[in-house]
Parts: sequence; structure tokens; C-alpha cells
Amino acid sequence: MEIIKVSNLHTAFGDNIVHNDISFSVNEGEIFGVLGGSGSGKSVLVKQIVMLNQIQKGKIEIFNKDISKLGIDDLESLKLNFSYLFQFGALYSFLNVIENISVMLKEYTNLPNDLIEKIAYTNLDIVGLPKHTAKLYPSELSGGMKKRVALARSLAMQPKLLFLDEPTSGLDPASTQSVNELLLYLKKNLNITTVIITHDLETIKTVLDRFIIIRKEKIFDGNITEAMSSKDEFIKEFLTHKKAD
Amino acid sequence: MDNINYFNLKEKIAKIMKSIEYFILEKQEDGYKFNLLNIWDKQTISIIIEEIKSLKFHPNKKIYIDFENLKELDSIAIIYLISFLKKFKKQNISYLNFEKYEQIFDFYQKHYQNEFLKEKKILNRFFENVGKKVYDISKSTKLFIDFVGKVFYFLFYLVVNPKKIRFKATLKYIETSAVDALLIVAVTAFLVGVVIAYQGAVQLEKFGANIFVVEMISITMFREIAPLVTAIVIAGRSASSYTAEIGAMKITEEIDAMRTMNFEPIIFLTIPRIFALCISLPLLVFFADIVGVMGGMVIAYTSLDITYIEFINRLQNEVPVKHLLLGVFKALFFGFFIAIIGCFRGFQVENNTTSIGKYTTISVVNAIFVVILLDAVFSVIFTQMGI
Repeated sequence: MEIIKVSNLHTAFGDNIVHNDISFSVNEGEIFGVLGGSGSGKSVLVKQIVMLNQIQKGKIEIFNKDISKLGIDDLESLKLNFSYLFQFGALYSFLNVIENISVMLKEYTNLPNDLIEKIAYTNLDIVGLPKHTAKLYPSELSGGMKKRVALARSLAMQPKLLFLDEPTSGLDPASTQSVNELLLYLKKNLNITTVIITHDLETIKTVLDRFIIIRKEKIFDGNITEAMSSKDEFIKEFLTHKKAD
Repeated sequence: MDNINYFNLKEKIAKIMKSIEYFILEKQEDGYKFNLLNIWDKQTISIIIEEIKSLKFHPNKKIYIDFENLKELDSIAIIYLISFLKKFKKQNISYLNFEKYEQIFDFYQKHYQNEFLKEKKILNRFFENVGKKVYDISKSTKLFIDFVGKVFYFLFYLVVNPKKIRFKATLKYIETSAVDALLIVAVTAFLVGVVIAYQGAVQLEKFGANIFVVEMISITMFREIAPLVTAIVIAGRSASSYTAEIGAMKITEEIDAMRTMNFEPIIFLTIPRIFALCISLPLLVFFADIVGVMGGMVIAYTSLDITYIEFINRLQNEVPVKHLLLGVFKALFFGFFIAIIGCFRGFQVENNTTSIGKYTTISVVNAIFVVILLDAVFSVIFTQMGI
């Protein structure tokens, strides 16, 4: 089943054309990658899907609904079903770690407080952070820890759809691997559909079911085996020389 | 209309959700059998919790959980189930038709957390906060002294190496802190002049001493009101903007970048701002003097019938110029302290977004307080000196 369907998307900033006629779809339960060089508009594309950026031309459907034509209640129920992990975490600086993780649960569910606390601490453990970090504030955390807390915050609400903006950038190799394993685990057991923006070759090879590569136009759509056998020079270089950064 | 329908719809959905059965509890000889039904997720779990709360369980009995007819189970419901099952002994719990959920259940069981960090007691927190506050104040006082010391060190350094003075930056700050503030200073000074003249006029008229309004307006304006009002306006305007600018640079690591390139932030950021205010605040005060007295003149003319020529003649003959010079002299110090406090608080900003707001507020409050304090000190000194 198609969860997200993007059709004929055009985006331009001034004279600079970022997306030219991009169409693709994301199926239920898959881990889908959006790849491309720096400045190729990956983040813009994903931010258009989550309604942070305006769609200039074209159509995006989530759960078969055109997102530019949603009423306020549809919008709320849609937003409660997806989570967005920002590149640098975007934790609320005035809340501590545990409050950050439980903020959506407190706002949108009627769960008793002790259960919310259990959920928050459990998710903290899932992303591999020790219990004593619970009462710290974001300013007291390292970049990698912020990212993990943000991941815990995204998972706590049990989204159907998860957007991750470079989830492994800035993490050490061991943490990268554990995040990758976690993503695979969640996909398998919770049926979460995931859209990832990533540069990490390891993630591309081991985690992604399918991905697109964009460079103004969509230049590739498929899985890693298809990409490796592609004759396109850019794709080859993209997937082999990429390790350097 | 649409909205009303929608709310009805929401209520209806809530009612339907409540009327659905989420489990069937069978009491057996040795315990309970729980048949889970329908959907257990973040929407339905609060209803389920309410229902289960009203039931009583004997902790030593066995419990069988049957997942056969369950359609959906999400992580929130799993965590609840785990916490619910903690009531029973581990060996007494059996899961039936568990294949579909076993793995994810085990996963959450592995990560499940039951104990949290405790909040500290109120009394302990009180003492902790008092201690922290005292420590903070003493620390920031030390830092401030250190900062002022550095500023003077680099001021002397610049006296020896005048080529390193950032003239362009200084001009830019004179423009943003003084030229752009001309209008607000003019309006404030004019209005204050009007108010003083108006209040004075009523009293002086009673004694038939109309003409003394000239001395009253000009001396109060020159000595106290114009320097104070201008300094407060500039403290609100520039201290806050200096703190926010430098704070934002600190968060984006621009200041660290400057240090690695051996651009001393005090020479590049602080001293041009101090120069700018030390030069422009006295000029602004002079400007405010003129506009304030003009305000007074207008009132003197309209309500006391003192013509502009009369006013200016009396001003020239009866009001010594020392009052004006004293006010302008004070403004130099006000400018110095406003700039130094604004910059100091900017450098104190920590690496998070709320601290910019926090330190901007502190810097404005400090700057206004210091202006008033200095004014009081000057007032005592000048009176003792007999000027």
C-alpha cells in the first residue's frame, strides 16, 4: 500500500530550480531513502512532505489524502501519526530530557502520568541512554545524545510514519550501527514506515529497502542492487566514493 | 456548521470507542484468562486502563493472556501491559497465541523501566537554589571584574597601537545606537519637558513667580532629567541589542572562530561598542537638553504667557553653563557602563536558545540599575563639591 505519493513536484527558489518534475511513492512498512548531493534539496523535499515548506507545484498525498487540502482536524490526526527527527535534534530547551520525550503523550493522550513516565524511560533505554540523563536539559547534552533523545521523542508517540533527517550524522560508528539496527528492528516489529535522508553509506547499504537519488530531477529509484548495477556514472560515483565524507 | 458537525463526530467516535469491548476476563479455577480484543493503541489504552482499574486481581493467582483475537498492539499498549503484569509473579504469567507479538514484547520487556529519578524534597531544593544563586552571583561578579580588567588592558593596548582601533565598526555602532535612536530620544525628552513645565507652571503661578519656570525647566533638564531619560532609553535599546548580538555570535561559534583566527573579541566587538556609546551618549544628552527645554518653552508660552525671546534671554542670563556640562559629563560614564554591561552579558550566553533571552533581560535590568546608581553617586559627589 502506498503511504506517501509525490507527483510531479516542482520547486524553485528564484531562478534556482531545485526539483524538476519529481514523482515517487513510499510503501507501507518500508525504509525509504532520499539521497542526493549537498544542496540537492533533499531536506526541502522531505519538509514539503511534512508540511513545513510550501508546495509550489505538484501534489503530495499521505494516506491517500492531498496534504494541501486538509482541514484542521485532519491535519491534527495526520500529524499525530508521524514524527520528524531533526538533524540537530531540535529538543525544547526549556524542558528536560524526560519532559521532551513525553511532551506529545502529555499533550495528546489521556494516559496516567506514571504510565507516561514509564513509556518515556523505556524509550530512553531503547535509544541507549542511561537513566541519570533523564533530568538533564538539552544544553547539558552532547550532539549525539541530543540526537538520541530526539529519536526517543519521535518513537514515544508510536508514529506510523517516521521521518529522519540524517539520523546517524555526528554519531560514532558503534552508535551508527545501533541506530541502524534499531531502525530495522522497529520496521520489522512495529510496522513503522520510515523516510530517511542520509549520506551514510553503511545505512544506505544495510537499512534502506528502496531509495531515490535526486539532482534536480529524480535520477534513480530502486534498491541497492539495482543501483550498484546502474551504468550511470553519477550514481556509481555517488555510491562508491561517498565514504570519504 | 462544519465545525459543530465535526465536534459531534469526535464525540460520537469517543462514544463508539468506549462501547467497544477490548478484553474478556474469564475467571478460572487457578486464575484469570484475559482475552485481548480489537485494537490496543494510544487512542484506546486510556479507556482500557479505566476498565482494568475497576477490576480486582489476586496477585498470587495465575494469569493467561490470549492474543488470538487482538487486531493491533502498539508500543504504548505493550508498555502498559508489561507494567500491569508486574503485579503478578513471573512464573504465573502465560501467554497464548503469542507468536505475532512475542518479539516486540520481549524487546520492550528488555528495555522496560520501572524506577525513575526522584525529585528532590522542597526544603533541599530551596537550600540548593539559595546556594546556587549565591555562587552564581559571586561567580558573575568575579567574571565582570575580570572582563572590565581585560577591557582596560586592551584599551591601553589600543592607545599604544592606535592602528588596531576598529573605526569603521565604531561608526557603524554610532549609527545603530545613536543616530537611529534620535527620534525616540527627541520624543521622550520633549514629552518630559512638557510634563515638568506643566506641573511647575501650576505651582509657580500661585506665587506669581511665572518667570522662574525657565530656571526650573532648564536646570532640572540639564542636570538630571535629560541624562537620565536618555541613558534609560539607550540602556533599553542598546544594552539589549549588544547582548543579543554577541550572544547569538557565541551560540553560532563565531566568537570561537574569531579567537582561532587571533581576532581578539574585545577589540573587535566590545571596544567599538564602548567607544560608540561614550561618544554618542553625551551628544544625545545635549540633543535631549535642547528638545526638552523646547518642550518647556512651548508650555511656558501657552500657559504662562512667557514669550520665546523672554525665555531664551532669561536662560542665557540666569542659568550657568556648568549645569549643562555636568549632565553631558555624566552621560560619558553612563555610556561606558551601558556598553560594557551589554557586552559582558552577551559573552555570558550559554549554548542554548533560552539563555539569549535570559541574559538580554538581565543586561537591560543591570544597565538601567547602574545608570540610576551612578546618577545618585554623582549627585552626592557634585553636591559635596559644591557644584
